[in-house]
Amino acid sequence: MTTTTRQRRAPRPSWLLLIPALGLLAAVLLVPLGQSLLTSVGAPGFTLEHYASLFTDGVTLTVLGRTVATAAIVTAVAFLLGYPYAYLMTRVGPRLRGVLLVIVLIPFWTSVMARNYAWIVLLQRGGPVQSVFEFFGADDIAFQGSVVGVTVAMSQVLLPFMVLPLFSSLGGIDRRLLLAARGLGSSPLVAFWKIYWPLSRGGVVSGLILVFTLSLGFYVTPALLGSPQQSLIAQLLAQRTTQLLDFAGAGALGILVLVITLTLVAWANRFGGTISAIGAAATTDRKEQR
Amino acid sequence: MTISSTSRAGTPTSSASAASAASAAKQGTQIRLEGVTKDYGLAAPAVDDISLTIEPGEFMTLLGPSGSGKTTTLNLIAGFETLTSGTIALNGSDVGSLPPHKRNLGMLFQNYALFPHMTVAQNVAYPLKERKVPKAEIARRVSEVLDLVQLPDRDGNYPSQLSGGQQQRVALARAIVFNPAALLLDEPLGALDRNLRAALQTEIRRIHREVGSTFVFVTHDQEEAMNLSDRIALFNSGHIEQVGSPEQLYREPDTLFTARFLGDSNVFDLDGAASATSAGWDGRTWSIVPGTVSSHPGAANRAAVVVRPEDVRVAHDPADVPSGSNSVGAVVRDLEYMGSYRTALLDLGRVRQLGRARVDALDSTFTVGDQVTAWWKPERQRIVAA
Amino acid sequence: MTALDEHETANPATPAPAPRRPSRRDRGIDPIPWWLIVIGAVVALYFILPTLIVIPLSFSSASAFQFPPQDFSLRWYENFFTDPIWLSSLGNSFLVATLAAIIATVVGTAAAVGLDRLTGRLAAFARTLLMISLVTPAIVVAVAVYIAFLQWHLTGSVFGYVIAHAALGVPFVLVSVTAALGGFDPKLLRASASLGASPIRSFITVTMPLISRGVLTGAIFAFVTSFDEVVIALFLRSPTFQTLPVQMYNSVTFELDPTISASSSLVVVAVTIIFLVPLLIGSRRTKKR
Repeated sequence: MTTTTRQRRAPRPSWLLLIPALGLLAAVLLVPLGQSLLTSVGAPGFTLEHYASLFTDGVTLTVLGRTVATAAIVTAVAFLLGYPYAYLMTRVGPRLRGVLLVIVLIPFWTSVMARNYAWIVLLQRGGPVQSVFEFFGADDIAFQGSVVGVTVAMSQVLLPFMVLPLFSSLGGIDRRLLLAARGLGSSPLVAFWKIYWPLSRGGVVSGLILVFTLSLGFYVTPALLGSPQQSLIAQLLAQRTTQLLDFAGAGALGILVLVITLTLVAWANRFGGTISAIGAAATTDRKEQR
Repeated sequence: MTISSTSRAGTPTSSASAASAASAAKQGTQIRLEGVTKDYGLAAPAVDDISLTIEPGEFMTLLGPSGSGKTTTLNLIAGFETLTSGTIALNGSDVGSLPPHKRNLGMLFQNYALFPHMTVAQNVAYPLKERKVPKAEIARRVSEVLDLVQLPDRDGNYPSQLSGGQQQRVALARAIVFNPAALLLDEPLGALDRNLRAALQTEIRRIHREVGSTFVFVTHDQEEAMNLSDRIALFNSGHIEQVGSPEQLYREPDTLFTARFLGDSNVFDLDGAASATSAGWDGRTWSIVPGTVSSHPGAANRAAVVVRPEDVRVAHDPADVPSGSNSVGAVVRDLEYMGSYRTALLDLGRVRQLGRARVDALDSTFTVGDQVTAWWKPERQRIVAA
Repeated sequence: MTALDEHETANPATPAPAPRRPSRRDRGIDPIPWWLIVIGAVVALYFILPTLIVIPLSFSSASAFQFPPQDFSLRWYENFFTDPIWLSSLGNSFLVATLAAIIATVVGTAAAVGLDRLTGRLAAFARTLLMISLVTPAIVVAVAVYIAFLQWHLTGSVFGYVIAHAALGVPFVLVSVTAALGGFDPKLLRASASLGASPIRSFITVTMPLISRGVLTGAIFAFVTSFDEVVIALFLRSPTFQTLPVQMYNSVTFELDPTISASSSLVVVAVTIIFLVPLLIGSRRTKKR
């Protein structure tokens, strides 16, 4: 981001320009999160009991495990669908590529609640998706109120976060390398495996981590399409806060989720600037709100 | 010539390496194109019924402007494109339906096409690994071929750490390390600056000599083509205009296209068809000597006289023109200093036609505006199809 | 590749080869397999399916969530525009989103301009910090904000909504303005200064017009981000003040009110129009040239 040509000494007013933004950030993010942290360690005293109970209450770990498993499935689905799609985007002509890109961005453009409403209608008991499965004899699959429905809806919402980094990574691969490999004696499959796949790995890793991370914090979709018996970590967090008013426990859980998320993001960032990748996606499209 | 290099490379245990191949002179592969056509369904076929035989060990250049079909032809030989019709045979065996990885041809690309995630050594070893060559032999051949391209110490580097010229040397090493039946070069020097190009031209000529296999080189640069080639096939909108040695194409062009594409030339569109001994241009009659008339069938209908600027002399006094020469009166429009000589731009009294003649750099008797006579020996001219 | 291009331009004696464009030819060299096209079509359908069904649903006469829709009726639109709860939610959302977008745009543009002039680790850290809300799980922010705002008596207040949403909008403004500044030639400011303009005057007369597209884009993203935000809004709501997404959330959880179909369609259409604004402005500008 920073331009190398502008090495001249920064005049002090440049820092002053940051103050309003940092002030807003502090009021909404830093101070509340800091308070959560303090509450969670029992300020003004110090205790780790709230953290310890996360691991001993028997609920948190189960829910966390379920969340991680859901996130892993969602990530896998998004990858299996997203990789061929992103690959196709790099292969078609510019006009069709534009169409495919707009289609990727549609989940961003569709409002969160409109999309969740649509999935409820599609996946509800007796809804069209279930009817299709019933027609093929699979009549006992419950979509709404189950992890299956949550997975279907979440994968759709998160696919753009897989496709966009993949597209930018795959688009940068010189396809003539594949021709070169074939000229050097590789069959098309071997050329793909030895040349294309290793070169796309950066995009794959950042897409995987991005989707996994985002699915850990999903709240609205599991709340509407899942069931209370199979809640995910975000619902647990909300429940502890608003129903149990257990601010210390909620704080500890929130900090745990935050730490996991930021660690993953920092890791992903090493594979090609995830934060800037989301930012870049944001200028052409729009942020997903969980 | 009994052992084709196809079978040689097919047996990886063969000790023939790029360097030792030099001793076995001219064991390259014959490449034979017959009626080769590639039609994309556009207005005209990209390659239209081309027949060409590239001899074993020959350095053949496919020369032509962009869009003339030369690269498509190379891709057809390599197998990256499928034939619409025609046959392509390597040493007599038809390869038209083989996929690229089974043709055993080396290919050098303009953008080098080095695998960015592999080191120099891994890049060069790639075709050998694909052919399941034993590890020890891979190591030996990689280091031999890196010596051959004069990059012995860079095997651990990644392509991005090398200069453009070095990358192209690595690509060259990778393309010849597996003793391919022939080496196809697709404008390999196009991305390099002038000095590097010259150095790599010398290099490619040397490696061609040492390896002795067939090279097919695609370029749009006529100087490069003349420098490197045993023969040149000049392409023009999907067909081959003329095939021959660089000298033949330069001195004995068959068509106006060839004459104009290679070097500078003065072109005079004749008033009518030329007879065996004379031709008319703008009311003048010029003599023709045997052996200077193109055998191209088009020359019988519409012909032009082509004279290279270095064969045209200028004289102040028409009396100085040797008898038997062809001549035309002109006014010196401009003089361009070229270092060892000067080029006189001549106004021939015709709209949109300027002549070019070579003047000695030290001859200061000519100035702009002089009335002169331009003349040349009839044996230095060429009658081509217009 | 850029280094090579430099060589070519530096050396006019060498005719530059025509740039290779992907064309019909390349498909001959390696064709797109049919199964890839099938997968692409299926994934594309998956992408657009939920958006596709929202609009027909809104014209259904069925009083439950039903697909395919029954008969044609405008009753849910009528409901939406006559029910005071839906209308006030819509008004609240517009109010909050507008104010949040204005704050985010002003604050974010200032930060982008400031960061553009700063280099070094501290500036890079400040930039990351300002972007962090993009990757922080909304639920974590929502819970923390809820607990803090309870103490500060900001829940259920317009001010609380506005600052929370403005903070979420800042990264978008930062990114798009930074991108616009990246294409901005700093020599123009020196030229302006040499012509006698003060720094502030230069900013208003030179910088602002040239980065206005980026600012507008950022403002639109900030607006839509707020307009569509559910999670924090769910925590900050009060019986007297809630936004449209919260009302939509209520309508599928507690009331099963099909008016949400009309509301969804309206929001989808409105958001699409809002996103088309910069495109239209852009095309008009290029036409003028």
